[in-house]
Parts: sequence; structure tokens; C-alpha cells
Amino acid sequence: MAHDTTVQTAGHDEHHHESPVVFGFWVYLMTDCIIFGSLFAVFAVLRNQFNGGPTGHELFEFGGLGLETALLLVSSITYGFGMIAAHKNQISQVILWLGVTFLLGLGFVGLEVREFAHMIAEGAGPDRSAFLSAFFTLVSTHGLHVTCGLIWILTLMVQLMGTTEIPERMMNKLTCLSLFWHFLDIVWICVFSYVYLASMI
Amino acid sequence: MLGRLSFSALPLDVPIVVGTFIGVCIIGIAVLGLITYYGKWGYLWKEWFTSVDHKRLAVMYIVLALVALARGFADAIMMRTQLALAYAGNPGYLPPHHYDQIFSAHGTIMIFFLAMAFMTGLFNFIVPLQIGARDVAFPFLNNLSFWMTAAAFILVNVSLFIGEFSQCGWLAYPPLSETQFSPGVGVDYYIWAIQISGVGTLLTGVNFFVTIVKMRAPGMSWMKMPVFTWTAFCSSILIMVSFPVLTVAVALLGLDRYFGMHFFTNDGGGNQMMYLNLIWAWGHPEVYILVIPAFGVFSEVVPAFSGKPLFGYNTMVYATCSIMVLSFLVWAHHFFTMGAGPDVNAFFGIATMIISIPTGVKLFNWLFTMYKGRIRFHACMYWAVGFMVTFTIGGMTGVMMAIPGSDFVLHNSLFLIAHFHNVIIGGVYFGYICGMNFWAPKVLGFKLNEAWSKRAFWLWLVGFYFAFMPLYVLGFEGMTRRMNHYDNPAWYPWMLVAEVGAVLILLGIACQLIQLYVSIRDCNLPENRDVSGDPWNGRTLEWSTSSPPPVYNFAIVPHVHSIDAFMHDKENGIDTRQAGAQYQAIHMPKNTVAGVAAGLFALIFGFAAVWYIWWLAVVGLVGVIATVIARSANKDVDFYIPAEEVARIENEHTRKLMAQAAE
Repeated sequence: MAHDTTVQTAGHDEHHHESPVVFGFWVYLMTDCIIFGSLFAVFAVLRNQFNGGPTGHELFEFGGLGLETALLLVSSITYGFGMIAAHKNQISQVILWLGVTFLLGLGFVGLEVREFAHMIAEGAGPDRSAFLSAFFTLVSTHGLHVTCGLIWILTLMVQLMGTTEIPERMMNKLTCLSLFWHFLDIVWICVFSYVYLASMI
Repeated sequence: MLGRLSFSALPLDVPIVVGTFIGVCIIGIAVLGLITYYGKWGYLWKEWFTSVDHKRLAVMYIVLALVALARGFADAIMMRTQLALAYAGNPGYLPPHHYDQIFSAHGTIMIFFLAMAFMTGLFNFIVPLQIGARDVAFPFLNNLSFWMTAAAFILVNVSLFIGEFSQCGWLAYPPLSETQFSPGVGVDYYIWAIQISGVGTLLTGVNFFVTIVKMRAPGMSWMKMPVFTWTAFCSSILIMVSFPVLTVAVALLGLDRYFGMHFFTNDGGGNQMMYLNLIWAWGHPEVYILVIPAFGVFSEVVPAFSGKPLFGYNTMVYATCSIMVLSFLVWAHHFFTMGAGPDVNAFFGIATMIISIPTGVKLFNWLFTMYKGRIRFHACMYWAVGFMVTFTIGGMTGVMMAIPGSDFVLHNSLFLIAHFHNVIIGGVYFGYICGMNFWAPKVLGFKLNEAWSKRAFWLWLVGFYFAFMPLYVLGFEGMTRRMNHYDNPAWYPWMLVAEVGAVLILLGIACQLIQLYVSIRDCNLPENRDVSGDPWNGRTLEWSTSSPPPVYNFAIVPHVHSIDAFMHDKENGIDTRQAGAQYQAIHMPKNTVAGVAAGLFALIFGFAAVWYIWWLAVVGLVGVIATVIARSANKDVDFYIPAEEVARIENEHTRKLMAQAAE
């Protein structure tokens, strides 16, 4: 009798623990969320410390910003299509959608860099005032995250090429990246509302 | 090509540093020579450095912590000696710029590399065993965390010989730490050491949180979890919530210094008090990160040596969780003098005092556990009882400082120094050493020498009171912290008493080293060997495996029926190991070089960033990213231990147990 239970236990155990990777990564994202939360708090403290320099109202332009936001939001949808394809094990479709997501993300980063370069050329760089320090740090921390996401997308595309099926480990990676990418979207919506919109109104 | 680095960065004009450098070189060459002579490099590399086994990593963390203790204590006794000399016109032997580096390094090393590393070592060893798991959730990240911590510690020590360390105290308050007042490399060493070790700590927090949530043995519901695991869980949550704030605070200071930004500068609209708020939003939870696991240790040790279950398990759990939450509501008590107004100060003062309630609950729980218990006064109990007395005094002086009115007087005085050493030494250090003595047989397979542990205890305890009680008096007499020399004749005798205390603590540390030496020398004596795996009649699952445990911890994952699962099994005649069962192949992670490589690249990056050697910084950063990507592409990360091998190891242990039972 005792033997029976032990055998079942051991056998059960092998299948009991599903991979903790996705849960772990989600927890890690929450710590990342605290980094952004702190940066938002810092921005809130310093948002009116212009030091005689330009204000957000003078600096921000809606056109480029709208396009940036559109690119990032659409990229979340295309990543979603990629995940649907992954669940159906259609690898070429996954690579295609990852590629589209990559290009949209690249467009976002490119526009952001252009905006930054423009501001710095106007003399409104991060060393101009505490407000601009907080602005550049918060927005570029998000941009840096997107850049990391781009490197990650490329890595997974390369790893997927030439394979015929998606093993569990790869599926976990795709799911984690999906969480990461959507998370950055949410952060961007907060940046858009709190940093840009609130300064422009 | 080499940024700001040049030959003038070597402090050849400071004889103390040159002497230390020569000493470190001699010891270093001797150690490396011995390893080479005995041909142990391959062994160290294969069995330790690249290992993802939580038990091996635990030992490496504790070795790192003990090295940090040596470095941090050397700083401490140098400071005490300086202040015992530098009175009435005598400048002492440490000029201010050197003295300031020493107290900054002392605090940084003791908190980040002694206390945090020791704590992580205890987590690593005990938590997976207590919850009946075969490893942590992410074994590779565990290895990576260790090497990040080690890289940061190396970076701090490099600053001793190349350049300088921060002179701004262990938290590097701006504006002093801004480029305007600290143009050297010291603060940059501090920044990068904190950031690199912060990566390691954050990953550790995530790792243990997930391990405890996801990998408990079947039957172990939350309220059947051992108390040490509970404390590790609460500590991990605190790490995950507070360390990102530290990362932000220090990163913003770095942006000020590297890119001329204006977060905390005097000009440009910066706000220094924002740094204090951010750093203490981390810093106050940090002291609970350290002390909560120490409470966990005592909650395991006191029942084991009292022969009784822990009094008030539920209240202990709730008290731990309350402290975890409250620790986030008190940070402003570190700067009542900021000028936030009476209502804010009253809130933070009262919140601080409230923490003493759950802490008091814990203290009474330990006392009632001992009450009518069959107490064995093992060395562990010495550390535990010493803790109860000392920590209570430290807690009460903390409540005194929580009163904003009295804090205005005591703020930044030696009273504060006395208070936090009272809780950190009396709480954290006594706790970790107690835990080391308690779990050493599990880790090493033999008991540590008890007599030398008791000697170390008495010297530490008496030394502590000699070293820090005078500081309370000096605080009342108005002596501020971080002074390099003084003229007040009333202070001088107290400083001499404190120096005596430091010497006693030095002897205590010597006894601990002798204890380790004697224990290793006598490890094969039959009375020291731990054949049973259960030397103290333990209550929790870690004592149900062999000592040291096999790489897979549990051949058959145990079933948990109650709190104190192993004691329940022993009392009901259940074989927790289920010896002789049909074993199955066990899935295990493979060793990896990725952790060592990432740590090395992080060290290169940190060093290059300190000295503005930008090309090398790029090499380091790309190296870290490439290592992670390469690791992600590696498919050969796990293997199976065949069932026959498991059976062989388990039967061997069963045979030993039977032989012992027959004696």
C-alpha cells in the first residue's frame, strides 16, 4: 500500500510543476513597474522646475507623438497575431508577425530618437533643467525597454528560423516577451497621458 | 584610451593602503598557489563556480559574506582606533579624506556584502529544503545573482587600490555626492557597485518568491510553511518592492554625475530631499529585509532546542507580515528634520512605534516557547538569548528616536549609530551566526565546534556593549557621527571604552575563525559527524534528508501533513524519506559558465564606467547581453539522474541510518 502511494507521488511529481517561467517573469515585470512608478513620482516632483528654460507646453508637438503612439499600440496587436500563430504552431506566420512588430517598434524608437535630437538641438537637453532631466529619464527608460524588446524579438526570430515545431521552452519565451511588450504599451499610455497630455493642456 | 585612469590613481602616497595592498597580494598569491599546488582549479570550476545547485551557491554566498566581514570589520576597528587617538590636537593616524572613505566603505560593505550575502546564503541553503523542493525555481538566475554580487564586491575592493572610494557615507547623500563636491571616482565606484549587486539581489528576490509560491511540497499549505520560509518569503517581497526604488535613486544620482542632469543638484531646479525620500523608501524596508530572516532563524532554533513546537505559530506569521507592510510606512523618520511639518512627522513617528507591537509579539512567542521547555543550552541558544536581550534594548532606543521631538536632538548623533548597531549586530548578525551554527551540520555533514562558538558569543556580546553603550552617552553629550577628531575632554574616556569593545569584538571574530578551523580539522571525529541528518532532533523537512543532502535534495518529494512536518512524521512513525520505494529518474539543471561570464563582463563594465573608459564599457555591456542571449539559445541545459543512481545514493544513506540505529 505504502509502495503504491509513493510510486504515484513520484510519477505525479514529474508533471506536477508546470514551468514557473511565465509567472516568474510576470513577477519581475511588477518590479519593473515599480521602477517606472518611481520615475513617474520623480517627474511629478520636478515637472514644474523649469529653471527658466522651456516648458512642456512649448516643447511637445502632437503630430509625431500621435504617430509614435499609434505605432506602439498597433505593434501590440501584431504581436498578438504572432501569439495566435504560435499556438497554432505556424512558425513562418510567427516569424512574419514578429518581423512586423519589430518594424513598428523600430519606427517608435526612431521617432523618439528624432524627437530627442530635435529637443537637444534646440538647447532643451536633459541638462537644461530638472524638469527636462526627469522628462528625458522617464521617456528614455521606456525607450530603452522597447529597444531591449527589439533585441529580444530579433533573438527569438533567429531562434525560430529553420525549426518545425515550437517546444515548451520557446513558447514560454514568446509568452514572456508578449507580457513585456504589452506592459510597455501600458506604460506608454501612462507616459502619454501624464507627461505629454497633461503638459499640453 | 584609458579615460581618467593613470598612474596617479594608485594611492602610493598612503602607507596604510600600500601595506594593505602588499598584504592582500601575499594572501592572494598564497591562496591561488595552494589551489594550484593541490590541483583544485578544475574541482572549484566544475563543482562550485559553475554550479547551479542552491546548496553550493549558499556556501559561496556565506564565504563571500565572511570575507566582507573581515574587510568591513578592519574598517570599523580603524575608525575606533582613530577616535581613541584623535583628541585634543592629536590628528590621529587617518587624515579626513581617508577616514571618510573608511566609514563609507564600512557601511556599504557591511550592509550589501556581509548582511545581504549572508542572508541570501541562508535562503539558498534552507528554503528549498524546508519546502521539500529539489532546487529553486530558476537555478541559472541563482548562479547569475551570486556572480553579480561577487562582481560588485570585487569592484568595491578594487577602489581600495585603484583610485578611491566614496567619501559621502553609505547612502551618498547629495549634494555632497554630486560632481561639484565629489569630482573623484569614489562615488562612481559606489554607484556601480550598488547597481551591479542590486541586479543580483533583485533576481534573488524574484527567484525565492516564485520558489516559495510554486514549488512547495504537496500538502504544504501557506499556514503549514516553516517560519524561516515565511520570513524568507516576506523578505523576498520586500526586496522586489524596495530594490527597484534604490536602483532608481542611485541611477538618477549617476545621471546627475555622468550627464550633468539636475535631479539632486543645488542648481537647475534639483531637489536633494527627493533623494532622501527615495533612498529611504528603499533603506527602511532594507533593514527589515535583513532582520526578518534573523527572526526566522530564531523561530527555528528556539523550538528545536526547547523541545517544543513554536509558541503561537499563527501570530508569528501575522506579526512577520505586519512588519513587512509597516516597513513601508515609516521611511520619513530618517529625516524628521526635513521640515515636513508636525502632522507628517507625527504620522511617521506613530507608525514607527507601532512596529514595536508585532516585534514584541515575536519576542513573547520565543520566550513562551522556552517556558516549560526542555531547553538544551547549545551554542545556538546562547546567540538566541543574547539576541533577545540586546535586540530589545536596540528596539527601545529606536522608539526613543521615533519621537520627532527627541529625534531633533539625537538626529545624526552617535546615539543613532549606537541604535542601529544595536539592532543590526544584536539582531541580524547574532541571528545569522546562530543560523550558521544551527544549519552547518546540514550544509557540511559535521557539527561546528561548540566551545569556540560560545567563546565567540561572549566576546561579541560583551564587546558589543563596551563598543556601543558609550556611543549612546556620547550621542546625548552631542557628539555627531562621522567626526574625524574632536576637542571635548568629556568624550575622550567614552571613546577609549568603545575602543576596548572593538578589540573584544576582534577577539570574538578570531574565535569564530578558530571555530571554523577546529571544526574542519575535527570533522571526521565520530561525535562531530552528522550521520543521521537530524543532529538536533529537528522539526522541519530539511532535517529529513542526509547531511549534506544529495544534489536532488529529496529522492521522493515528501508529503506534508502538518506544521513541523518532519516532527509530525517522526511522532507518527512515518518515514518521510520513503526509503526503499521505487525511485524514478530525476530531472536536474546542468552547470553553466554563463553566470561567471556575465559577472565578469559586469565587473569590466563597472570598472570601465567608473574610469570613463568608454570602449571597454561597451565591451562589458555587449558581453553581458551576448552572454544572456547565448544562454537563451543553449538547448543543452538539463539532464536526468538515472533511477539506479538515485537508488544507490538513497540505499547507501539508509544503510548508514540502520547501522547508526543498531549501535
